[in-house]
Amino acid sequence: MTHAPAQAPGPADAKTVLGAAEIRRALTRIAHEILERTDGAADVVLLGIPTRGVALARRLSQRLAQVEGHPTPAGSLDITMYRDDLRLRPARTLGHTEVPPPGIDGRIVVLVDDVLYSGRTVRAALDALGDLGRPRAVQLAVLVDRGHRELPIRPDYVGKNLPTSQREVVKVLLEEVDGQDAVLLSEARPGPDGARPGPGGGRP
Amino acid sequence: MNRHLLSAADLSRDDALLILDTAEELAQLADRPIRKLPTLRGRTVVNLFYEDSTRTRISFEAAAKRLSADVITFSAKGSSVAKGESLKDTALTLEAMGADAVVVRHSASGAPHRLAGWLAGSVVNAGDGAHEHPTQALLDAFTMRRRLGRLEGLRVAIVGDVLHSRVARSNVRLLRTLGADVTLVAPPTLLPVAVGGWPCEVGYDLDAALPKADVVMMLRVQQERMNAAYFPTVREYSRRYGLDGGRMAMLPEHAIVMHPGPMNRGVEIAADVADSVRSTIVEQVTNGVSVRMAVLYLLLGGSEAQR
Repeated sequence: MTHAPAQAPGPADAKTVLGAAEIRRALTRIAHEILERTDGAADVVLLGIPTRGVALARRLSQRLAQVEGHPTPAGSLDITMYRDDLRLRPARTLGHTEVPPPGIDGRIVVLVDDVLYSGRTVRAALDALGDLGRPRAVQLAVLVDRGHRELPIRPDYVGKNLPTSQREVVKVLLEEVDGQDAVLLSEARPGPDGARPGPGGGRP
Repeated sequence: MNRHLLSAADLSRDDALLILDTAEELAQLADRPIRKLPTLRGRTVVNLFYEDSTRTRISFEAAAKRLSADVITFSAKGSSVAKGESLKDTALTLEAMGADAVVVRHSASGAPHRLAGWLAGSVVNAGDGAHEHPTQALLDAFTMRRRLGRLEGLRVAIVGDVLHSRVARSNVRLLRTLGADVTLVAPPTLLPVAVGGWPCEVGYDLDAALPKADVVMMLRVQQERMNAAYFPTVREYSRRYGLDGGRMAMLPEHAIVMHPGPMNRGVEIAADVADSVRSTIVEQVTNGVSVRMAVLYLLLGGSEAQR
């Protein structure tokens, strides 16, 4: 799962928007905001959306444990089967869903993803959550909000607001998945048929 | 993945592993409060069954329903097939009703292949004659991998009526693709003539095969297809090729006992073996739903343009 054509670690003309230190600080700030807004995160369950959201959820869980001293359960929520654009591409490989032992009933679920764009991924995640149980509240944490929403969805915690044009591609790299931490911004190359990735196609 | 699933031989190693990994994720669904996914909403799956079947038909039905597809089940009995309608006409009728996938079981080997040539949708072979039953092989491989943790290098003995068994054919092909070593054990009369060309070993002595097997898969003695004297008596068959408690004790400690069902208790498998902790027979049924969900998802879940 990538936000840009598979080139490692990113297109040559990519601009680094956030470096490793900035990502670290952003996550630390989000962790503190979660603690403030949820009264110490006692009832919080972090659910990352594969692939990079899962890694981010784990990092947030570690930070919450460092600050507050008690572990916050973190898991993953695969949304593939709930997507609204399944029929636009060949069948996709499923990600892993792992709900931590306490479950989500009556808890505050914080969904964690790397980039917020059209909002369609989050819409699918809300549907997926509904089939898993009934949380007391659902909140959304993202590392980058790049705008261009197509649904009435807004994040509760944002690492960085990044104004972009729809032609641009935002790519988040994380140590756990890509071997380095960075957020890259580059111009989209037109595909073979000249199609530009619209917001709906922003998340593979 | 191909557009159809007609034969286990059509599956590459990557395809087979993709199906097994997808099934592994879908198996989690059983533990959830809502055992349903919206993925195939608005798609229609037709179960076209020209032969009697309980578990395969219900398993496909459950799999399609858990993915929110509409399911139409069609049994040849009491239908216009009894009035002499041909397979092609039946198929075109179903297509005209908007079937996105047809799951077919037929007594004639090759019927699903013919069907695939006539239909625009996907065709899934749910057993054709003595030819293939690919989803059974997939669920068997899935069960082995879950119980034993791997397939590569696994030693699998398939015992009994290989001649009439589509399960054996599909398993030999799929397990070879996935790197397991298969030995067929059967009386010479119940082995196909061309078995020498299959990618597996052949033996006639069950007692010799058991101590080195990680998996022993017992095949049903298909009495409805036994139109010649393949063995003297059922009792003699059971003595030489049936799995009883004494024979089970010859298996390595970790080995599992499988059976595709329905069982003839007391013929190819003794009741105490079928009910033992080594037996995966009930698990196989559960896993069948997950594997068939994976197959339907991978065939129908993506874009039409690519199909």
